[in-house]
Amino acid sequence: MPEFLEHSGTSWQGQKVKHHRSIVDHIDPRLRVVMASLFALITVLSQSFLSLCVAVGVGLLLALLARLNLKRTLRRVLAMDMFMIFLIILLPFTTPGETWFSILGLSASKEGFLHAVVILLKAHAVVLTLLALIGTLSATVLGHALARLRIPDKLVHLMLFTVRYLEVIGQEYKRMRRAMKARAFVLRTDRHTWRSIGYLIGMLLVHSLERSERIMDAMKCRGYQGKFYLFDDMRLSQKDLTFSLIFTPVLCLLIGLNFL
Amino acid sequence: MHIVDGALSVPVLAIGAVLTAAGVALGLKKMDYDHLPQVGVLSAAFFIASYIHLPIGFSSVHLILNGLIGLALGWAAFPALLIALFLQAVFFGFGGFVVLGVNTLNIALPAVLVYYGCRYGIQSSSPKVAAIWGAIGGAGSIILTTLMVAVSLMLSGEGFALAAKATFIAHIPVMIIEGFVTASAVLLIRKVKPTFLGLDEERVYG
Repeated sequence: MPEFLEHSGTSWQGQKVKHHRSIVDHIDPRLRVVMASLFALITVLSQSFLSLCVAVGVGLLLALLARLNLKRTLRRVLAMDMFMIFLIILLPFTTPGETWFSILGLSASKEGFLHAVVILLKAHAVVLTLLALIGTLSATVLGHALARLRIPDKLVHLMLFTVRYLEVIGQEYKRMRRAMKARAFVLRTDRHTWRSIGYLIGMLLVHSLERSERIMDAMKCRGYQGKFYLFDDMRLSQKDLTFSLIFTPVLCLLIGLNFL
Repeated sequence: MHIVDGALSVPVLAIGAVLTAAGVALGLKKMDYDHLPQVGVLSAAFFIASYIHLPIGFSSVHLILNGLIGLALGWAAFPALLIALFLQAVFFGFGGFVVLGVNTLNIALPAVLVYYGCRYGIQSSSPKVAAIWGAIGGAGSIILTTLMVAVSLMLSGEGFALAAKATFIAHIPVMIIEGFVTASAVLLIRKVKPTFLGLDEERVYG
């Protein structure tokens, strides 16, 4: 995969990614999570082309409404495409069915091609909607929304912890890599590289573990009793009602188009 | 190693979701609130570590490290990996949303199996034996994960058979690299912080 398409988790910016305010931000986070999940579920279960095309259209529209950063979104969508391109190209040739066209003596079936297109449409519709409705939330707000949606407490706490420490551990990793670079370490395809990276990961884990022990002590010191308190109060407003009134018929339409 | 939304058939998606829910429930049950920061920080560390790209020929592969995750977290690997995959899906658009269950199962189940299979091996008093078990865990988890990905694809349609086989072959270098990397990581952790892997210092230093 080319460098610029790689997801750089090591420079996780979580909440710091620049993001324009948009209408989507006025919608209640819980509603966004529920609607995005329903949309994803319906899209993945849909079989009709028309319905999937509409779904992609809805995804694009939501992406526009959320004012997603064009470059960043394109990069992410492209990275996803790179990921499945192999599968998509192979499908027409491996699916049995009447020959549609042939290249180099390999015959491609129409069924396989259609199947490939269906997968492409579904994947794009879902990814655009996710990035537009949920990806624009800050991770903390998302955690709170999930907690309010009755996702188990521990899971939400775990997510909040993970998000909180991604940045810290990412810094730690960069620091260690800098130290290796300063000692002229270059990544290669040999056992020395793999051993050094193994040591790096081992050390990263040990540092993280020791840090987590300090965190635990600090939290206990402040009276941690295995519970976080969620201070925000999420209330549904007029805008949420409007959004539901528009989005629910769209979802019904998507389901309905399957039965035409 | 993620599968995108839309590729798998409904029964496969459902089975994946149910089994992952069970695994996560078990993982959460075994993890008390005192261990929350530990699991959280470790899963953040794995999230970061799994983005390290190692060159291989003209291309590069990224580590998955689910063997090491299993050794470090046991059943807690299920919730930790679910969260990592969820964050990737919603913030990076990487992987899918409805296939989250299948993807988590494919990566977390091998991790748990490695935990049970190699836990005693890496506690051996001989560093060499421990390193070999570490390598088995590292490579074995990738083999299992690839096989599970291949099976989930094949169950979803015969058209995927070739792609499934190709996935397995394409991941052979990853298996070798993960083996070496996990073995070295295990060796280092044994020396630096033996308690991490459930070792007491006396056993390591004899």
